Amino acid sequence: MQNNKTDQAGKPSGPAFLQIQDVVKDFGGGAVAVNHVSIDIAQGEIFALLGSSGCGKTTLLRMLAGFETPTSGRILLEGQDMAHVPPHVSPINMMFQSYALFPHLTVWENIAFGLKREGMAKDKLVERVEAMLKLVQLGKFAKRKPHQLSGGQQQRVALARSLAKRPKLLLLDEPLGALDKKLREETQIELVNIIEQVGVTCVMVTHDQEEAMTMASRIAVMSEGRVLQIGAPADIYETPANRFVADFIGNVNLMEGKLIEDWPDHVVVECADCSHYVGHGITGTEGMPVSVAVRPEKIALQRDEPAGPHNRVQGTVKDLAYFGSFTVYHLQLASGAMLKISQSNTSRHREHQLTWGDAAWAHWMPSAQVVLTQ
Amino acid sequence: MKKLRALLAWLSRGRTAVIGLPYLWLLAFFLFPFLIVLKISVSEMEAVTIKDMLAFKDGVLALSLKLSNYVFITQDDLYFKTYLSSIKYAAVTTVLCLAIGYPFAYFMARARATLQPALLMLVMLPFWTSFLLRVYAWKGLLTENGWIANLLSSIGVDHLLLAAGVIPALGKYMNSPFSLVLGMVYTYLPFMILPLYGNLAKMDLRLLEAASDLGATPWVAFWKVTVPLSKAGIIAGSMLVFIPCIGEFVIPELLGGPQTLMIGRVLWDEFFGNNDWPMASTVAVVMILLIIVPLAIFNRYQAQAQEARR
Repeated sequence: MQNNKTDQAGKPSGPAFLQIQDVVKDFGGGAVAVNHVSIDIAQGEIFALLGSSGCGKTTLLRMLAGFETPTSGRILLEGQDMAHVPPHVSPINMMFQSYALFPHLTVWENIAFGLKREGMAKDKLVERVEAMLKLVQLGKFAKRKPHQLSGGQQQRVALARSLAKRPKLLLLDEPLGALDKKLREETQIELVNIIEQVGVTCVMVTHDQEEAMTMASRIAVMSEGRVLQIGAPADIYETPANRFVADFIGNVNLMEGKLIEDWPDHVVVECADCSHYVGHGITGTEGMPVSVAVRPEKIALQRDEPAGPHNRVQGTVKDLAYFGSFTVYHLQLASGAMLKISQSNTSRHREHQLTWGDAAWAHWMPSAQVVLTQ
Repeated sequence: MKKLRALLAWLSRGRTAVIGLPYLWLLAFFLFPFLIVLKISVSEMEAVTIKDMLAFKDGVLALSLKLSNYVFITQDDLYFKTYLSSIKYAAVTTVLCLAIGYPFAYFMARARATLQPALLMLVMLPFWTSFLLRVYAWKGLLTENGWIANLLSSIGVDHLLLAAGVIPALGKYMNSPFSLVLGMVYTYLPFMILPLYGNLAKMDLRLLEAASDLGATPWVAFWKVTVPLSKAGIIAGSMLVFIPCIGEFVIPELLGGPQTLMIGRVLWDEFFGNNDWPMASTVAVVMILLIIVPLAIFNRYQAQAQEARR
């Protein structure tokens, strides 16, 4: 679901539509909820703020919605400062976590609520509400109250209600958090299709990395009020900027080591169990401590010893977890460290597969690892 | 014998006792007395005693139901006027309690969480003093040189009240519709505030944020979201004020005057002044019917709300 409005580096190519400039939110009492955050978001983008609870992503979203005012910094929408625009006049609408649908109003009235506040003419209003109901395929349920709907239907009403006013910016607060796993996967695609159909710029908040990866064109990973990395899903996964991002997104093997050779096109890192030949250069000095990150699916596992001095390690299979389409092996290394290796199950025959207690060699390509200096 | 033992076992079960005892209590001290009152209302007086409804004489069993009291009640203007005036005063009291109680309950529910128990305490504090004493105190405050009376006169409120026709003369506040309604509002206000507070305190505040996000000003959000969602609290509070107000006796007796007809006082007069128990019972039965109608509406609404929540 790559958005065509971002180039390959994941940077917005157009002029920034929404500019978050050095925004700070301090509620007092020690911790700063949002700490000097700057993000530029292009028109038509679906942008995700990703982080665990308490990382400041929701506070940032609430500032965009106008429910909180930044302690310092500016939020500009199409160049206009939104700091002192109250929420009831801003062209920004939000889909709330667990929806906040009005329980005393029907689906139709919920969607019409915002339009009535605008004082829209009756026939135009009816037309717009009908169009929204059609967009989310809830025409049959117009007369129902929210409590008579399933979770997925409520989610669609909430989406229709927040899109009804044709906002310039749509905010989604944990849009699928209240749905169960199977429904969530279906809804992700459907939600993105609707948003792209409408063409609205969208900022979503989520703690679910899969949700962020499948839905967003770009992601900002947040922790303790700061943005740690901004990039397209693949950038964040394949070239994490630091240990936190590498560890937070997906599974990773992090190995601490020392930089012993530093070349423009490759480096060599010596770790406790093995030596890494990494196919990219870094800015560092020989002898500095670094981490090497290798994703489990980028490691191959075999019984025979692989050639070469680098990128290989021997261990014992301590644990294996069978997931159907793939199996995760936990290989215990000489130092006692565990290496996670994920292998696709391409064959149905299992007699040659490794099992508990087997000795095996793990090896990987020079392009598999990332060296992290922070 | 076996059945009896089973019955005893059933009775001694905890659940049966917990539910059964209050029912037994209501049966013995509410339904049964009510049936007696109902019986008296259709009986005839014989000098100072009440004649038996069932008479057995010369091998004939005769049941006599005297319905003339009920006929009389519909024909005599006084009763009709009194019922109407009771409903009027109860309704005015309910509306005033709602007007004063709603903002109070609203701000109490939105106050800081640490402050709320103290505010709740203030609402319930009057219950610590006898109700009779508090109503009596108003007599002193409202008599001609009582200091509330002086205060009201000094700021000219009496002109307004006289213009509205709720006090008999300038500077005279006692024994008027004004003093009666004041006393009832004062007494029943907590019964309005408590259910409203309970309702408003558990409201999901994100709904107000959603309303604001969709373009509602705080004022519009209040009328379109807060008020409709507190309907159950408004109805509960109104019932808790309206129903006891209709039959109120003590407040009209102490603070009301000749102008302020209320059914409670008529009831008292029939029982203890005229000693006409059948007539008094008839008045009481009709009063209960008057109260049961709004109560039934209330229960039906509650049942609907329950249904909706499922």
